[in-house]
Amino acid sequence: MIIDHPLLGPRDSAEFTYMGDARLIERPSPDSPDAAAAFYDYAYLRDNPAGWHRELWFHEAGDRSWLVVTRNTVTHEISKVEFASDVARAKGRSK
Amino acid sequence: MTQKNRIAGGQIDRNTTCKFTFDGRTYAGHAGDTLASALLANGVRLMGRSFKYHRPRGPMTASSDEPNALVHLRSGARTEPNTRATTTELFDGLTATSQNRLGSLSFDLLAVNDRLSTFLTAGFYYKTFMWPAAFWEKVYEPIIRRAAGLGTLSFEDDPDVYDKGFLHCDLLIIGAGPAGLMAALTAARSGAEVILADEDFRMGGRLNSETYTIDDAAGADWAAATVSELANMPNVRLLSRTTVIGAFDHGIYGAVERVSDHIATPDAGKPRQILWRIYTQKTILAAGAIERPIAFNNNDRPGIMTASALRSYANRFGVAVNKRTAIFTNDDDGHRTATDLHAKGVKVIVIDPRADAPRARDYEVLAGAQVVDTMGRLGLTFAKVCLADGTERIIECGALGTSGGWNPNVHLTCHQRGRPVWNDALAAFVPDDLPAGMTVAGAAKGDMSTAGALAGGAQAAHSALELKGRLPAIPQAEDAPVNITPFWYVEGASRAWVDQQNDVTVKDVKLSHQEGFRSVEHLKRYTTLGMGTDQGKTANMGGLAIMAELAGKTIPEVGTTMFRPPYTPVAIGAFGGRHRGQDFHPKRLTPSHKWAEEQGAVFVEVGNWMRAQWFPRKDETTWRESVDREVLATRKSVGVCDVTTLGKVDVQGADAADFLNLIYCNGFAKLPVGKARYGLMLREDGIAMDDGTAARMAEDHFVVTTTTANALSVYRHMEFVRQCLVPDLDVQLISTTESWAQYAVAGPNARRVLEKIVDQDISNAAFSFMACANITVCGGLRARLFRISFSGELAFEIAVPTAYGDALIRRIMTAGAEFDITPYGTEALGVMRIEKGHATGNELNGTTTAANLGMGRMVSDKKDSIGSVLSRREGLNRADDLRAVGIKPIDPTQPVPAGAHLMISDGPVDAAHDQGYVTSACYSPNLGHHIALAFLKNGEGRIGETMRLVSPLTDIDVQVEICSAHFIDPKGERLRA
Amino acid sequence: MRYSGLRVIKEALSGHKGWTPAWREPDPAAHYDIVIIGGGGHGLATAHYLAKEFGQARVAVIEKGWIGGGNVGRNTTIIRSNYLLDGNEPFYEMSLKLWEGLEQDLNYNAMVSQRGILNLIHSDGQRDAFIRRGNAMILNGADADLLSTADIKKRYPFLKTHDARFPIKGGLAQHRGGTVRHDAVAWGYARSADQRGVEIIQNCEVTGFRIEGGVCKGVETSRGFIGAGKVGCAVAGNSSRLMSLANMRLPIESHVLQAFVSEGLKPVLPGVITFGAGHFYCSQSDKGGLVFGGDIDGYNSYAQRGNLPTVEDVCEGAMAIFPMLGRARLLRMWGGIMDMSMDGSPIIDKTHIDGLYFNGGWCYGGFKATPASGFAFAHLLAKDTPHPTAAAYRFDRFEKGLMIDEKGMGNQPNLH
Repeated sequence: MIIDHPLLGPRDSAEFTYMGDARLIERPSPDSPDAAAAFYDYAYLRDNPAGWHRELWFHEAGDRSWLVVTRNTVTHEISKVEFASDVARAKGRSK
Repeated sequence: MTQKNRIAGGQIDRNTTCKFTFDGRTYAGHAGDTLASALLANGVRLMGRSFKYHRPRGPMTASSDEPNALVHLRSGARTEPNTRATTTELFDGLTATSQNRLGSLSFDLLAVNDRLSTFLTAGFYYKTFMWPAAFWEKVYEPIIRRAAGLGTLSFEDDPDVYDKGFLHCDLLIIGAGPAGLMAALTAARSGAEVILADEDFRMGGRLNSETYTIDDAAGADWAAATVSELANMPNVRLLSRTTVIGAFDHGIYGAVERVSDHIATPDAGKPRQILWRIYTQKTILAAGAIERPIAFNNNDRPGIMTASALRSYANRFGVAVNKRTAIFTNDDDGHRTATDLHAKGVKVIVIDPRADAPRARDYEVLAGAQVVDTMGRLGLTFAKVCLADGTERIIECGALGTSGGWNPNVHLTCHQRGRPVWNDALAAFVPDDLPAGMTVAGAAKGDMSTAGALAGGAQAAHSALELKGRLPAIPQAEDAPVNITPFWYVEGASRAWVDQQNDVTVKDVKLSHQEGFRSVEHLKRYTTLGMGTDQGKTANMGGLAIMAELAGKTIPEVGTTMFRPPYTPVAIGAFGGRHRGQDFHPKRLTPSHKWAEEQGAVFVEVGNWMRAQWFPRKDETTWRESVDREVLATRKSVGVCDVTTLGKVDVQGADAADFLNLIYCNGFAKLPVGKARYGLMLREDGIAMDDGTAARMAEDHFVVTTTTANALSVYRHMEFVRQCLVPDLDVQLISTTESWAQYAVAGPNARRVLEKIVDQDISNAAFSFMACANITVCGGLRARLFRISFSGELAFEIAVPTAYGDALIRRIMTAGAEFDITPYGTEALGVMRIEKGHATGNELNGTTTAANLGMGRMVSDKKDSIGSVLSRREGLNRADDLRAVGIKPIDPTQPVPAGAHLMISDGPVDAAHDQGYVTSACYSPNLGHHIALAFLKNGEGRIGETMRLVSPLTDIDVQVEICSAHFIDPKGERLRA
Repeated sequence: MRYSGLRVIKEALSGHKGWTPAWREPDPAAHYDIVIIGGGGHGLATAHYLAKEFGQARVAVIEKGWIGGGNVGRNTTIIRSNYLLDGNEPFYEMSLKLWEGLEQDLNYNAMVSQRGILNLIHSDGQRDAFIRRGNAMILNGADADLLSTADIKKRYPFLKTHDARFPIKGGLAQHRGGTVRHDAVAWGYARSADQRGVEIIQNCEVTGFRIEGGVCKGVETSRGFIGAGKVGCAVAGNSSRLMSLANMRLPIESHVLQAFVSEGLKPVLPGVITFGAGHFYCSQSDKGGLVFGGDIDGYNSYAQRGNLPTVEDVCEGAMAIFPMLGRARLLRMWGGIMDMSMDGSPIIDKTHIDGLYFNGGWCYGGFKATPASGFAFAHLLAKDTPHPTAAAYRFDRFEKGLMIDEKGMGNQPNLH
């Protein structure tokens, strides 16, 4: 597969390390009263769709950026590649 | 040595004679021959034995879809089993032997299976060999295993080299027949970067095997001229002898170039084969079509082959397989073979089941007739034909060409789950759902005429590259329509082969249906149809058609053929490339490696690192002697060890301390500048991930160390936290593992050694336990010094830029000479850390919590850190949880080995009563007995308890005492000295 | 119809006219006591044991395609019980014992071949871990044997033990491990279940669950509604998709695992070997093909195909220890979808919906588990209590912190 890195252009997926569901960006607050349940859900439950999936890839043999790749798990078509840090900011993870 | 079947014409080089042997007999052929064509030229039709019944077989094709003519090519370590004689390029000195036989090829004792074939029908083995149960492994299976399989490996290491490479292009064209060549010409003239790959050693595809003309030239000549035009264009790369084996995601194609398979041994420095990964935007599949046979009784005798193969042998290779040849065809294309062969002086007769079969002036055509049987034990002698009027006629012939129509070669279109669709006019599947970026042209698409292929190729290139302007002029060529009446098998046959390699007959397909195995997948798995080395390229359609008829369905309703990569089998060596033997993985060498080699160190693999394991002296005969000496010398005076392999991460930025507070379960916010602290990282699931130290070199600068094994994954995790969880913290990370050479200098005299090297004051007052600093050594070289100790001794770790690592170890050794400084390896390192009770990978095994490690109190609940919430789950905080403890044998001569399990002293020994296990063990030369670290249920409360340590795997059962994990200097006085 | 050597001879002499279909092709009834979704190895085994061991005959297995078309027909056929942890080892040992009696139980020769499995050791740390594991196996009543390099050299003289990037320092063998003809497992269970009254309904895809008042009443299918007292799901590779129809999210990600087979060769490898310093394991089928594989491709996938980097990685492992394979040819590669769980261990449990039961998350270890999985799932479906050997395979173990993590890789499925 080829991942079109936002800065570096198309790169072979073999340069990357995969982690999984991009929802891992949305780490719950440890202070909330239901933190235990929220962390269980965060750490363990997955939608695991057959179709479009937003997922985290790390450019291990490249610029070491974490990317959020939107990929179809049936066809492997990739529709979007973003920096995970941008996605994280958009999710309100700025300080 | 007469080539009695050699006729005029063809593209062989008659001036170059190649001598070769087959089963020890010497023959001659010509350059441009294949092994099969050369053998046929010499009158040899019998080339192999079938898989199950050991039926005598000759080539069925002249191409890579060959099921029958499989041989051992070459000899010795270069023996290649299952090599298709039909694609093996002849070279002088080639040796080949037949395979899958017991006895000689013409007298194979295993042919007894053929006599027993009534019993050995599809799936018979599922119904028997069950009694008595123990007989399967002992009796039945060994017999079956010996009989099964085709060729044999040499049992020697492959002596050849394989390479891998990457290629990039705008357009990849697969197949250099008329469609591929025309596509290449169109694309290349536009300036696009083009790769044209063809599995054959001569480009041109079917043009080389036909008598067609293109414009005014012979087809083969037009092909040669086109290839030479392409070869002169800088933007074209021609890859002959190159099979595109698979269409992978996002326009990545795998291809194998057989660089040296056409010569006796690879030239010096040259690989045998190259695996290319071709990255392309667009692809044109122009892989042609494959003629399929017709099944009839005894349709497998040597001499029976596809009609197009007969044509190839005659037109391309100048071989008339036999001067008397019959053609059995259900389509007009078969008649071409008759025409061509007749023109070459062969006596031809055509059997065509169609009542309206075309007539011929020059030879006999039996319309409405069918071949119902054949004769000839080791090669065809007669065919029995049932004529239209029901009478039978025996025809003397040594070759019989069958044509059941052509299947577009859809293989590569199916690699990404695409399914072909049925085309009634062709009575074949044609490509439909294609991998992204692929188009299909020529016969592979179903355009069966030469004119169609030429036009289709040009058109495909034109649209794939989105070229403007008019299509190039298409040369004139034949444009005959396809005229076919589907005809799959002759009724009433007792033994009509559908899959010749795996010996699947029409009856087997019928039995499969009878027993409920009716889907294409069940059919294939139950009968083994299409599971041979040819992936059923010539067989699958016939099987499907018969199943469809039995089920009263159409062929597409029964299923479609399924193809998986690779297109043709690929040497495993080609996929392995250079990654074999010592080059399997790269070796990472520490900065002191060269010096350690000079000292005669024994090295050990630690991941990809090579680390000194111990430094034997001449008088030492066992590793234990060396290790004990290194440990004792270090604890007595001073030792030095290369610890460069530990991961190092530089953490910088105003928020660096906050970041580490999140990464580590214990607190780092208040760590003063100039101090280091032990840190434990948890995974988000609350399990210990890694440990190490973080040293605060400045307010906004930390140096973090990780274990050797986790250097990569911890760094990745830290970047995840930084980029994904706290993207706006002012913190930057970089891995500096390879930038700094780092040595541990440990032992009571460590300071005195380093004082001779370090430019600053490192007295206990100035540089106390856990101090860290940027320093200089040797009069100005920048360095880092950490007063941290893994051994439990007074110890420092000193780091210099890697380029100075070799110099520094030599300097340390010189400075330490007066103290008898002793280099120590990973074994002594391990002994000392066990003596001190430090955890490492054996303890941080991915299932242990901070509490298990005895560090439960380190998990701060005053701050958020990765893993803290889930570490509080009930299952990770049970009263009888495992705790790290020390173990010593009651009888000091006994070992306490790692991997042994702890049991209650007088209790039962079984899994239900398991109390824990030993993680790390060693002989402690300081204590004079073995010691170990272990995890024990409720371990804290069991110090002093006598337990039983068992290792039934290694026959060990000893009484041990549970003790503190800190065997040496439990109060930590040495390291603070 | 009972299969036997005598029967084969009799049928051969009478033109094979007497063979009957291995299973019927019934239309679905309106209601069954138990409906199993998934006609793969686990579903069919569940049906067999429900009928044979738990007296349940009103059972249907519904399969969206053809039985045996999923992972039971796509794996590398290895059986073993060489597990470390208490939650796993007794279960897999039960499975191995069921394999040992399978053919007599089913009257079907699935070619259970206890040719032995050997895990190679390349480092001292690995040896420590394997000794701990071998001891755990023995303490659980299984067999294990620690082999020296010399022992290994005797059985596999062509292995690169010394002149290698990662020399072989020994191995942990389980001599009772081995291989089984995978397709035959599905067919054998199907035939046996069918003969005991189970209805196997092929080409019947579940499109939804009918859940009323928190109780599952049956399944909506492409062939209409089928009522059920209990519904058991055993659809490896499709667990998340299926259970999402009941609005469930699972601790599972689906990944592709590739497998490979070489051209047929005369006997090369007597047993099963796994390389401990790379991703490569291999055995040789009775037909002669070397059956081998390595690691999963590593990204979520429902496409039953893999990509080149993994193929190369596996073959590099092969060439590292087994360089005579250079001239053997890889014939075919394919992929299966693995439901990778969050701790690498499976789930056999009730769901929060009454009457709906789940069996899944087998990662790439499902084939060897087939008999025990079927037995334990049948036990759960019939008795509503977990089988003792499968008692740890609960949904709530993640919430409670009771993970069964053999590899210690944590909640990242692609690392298991």
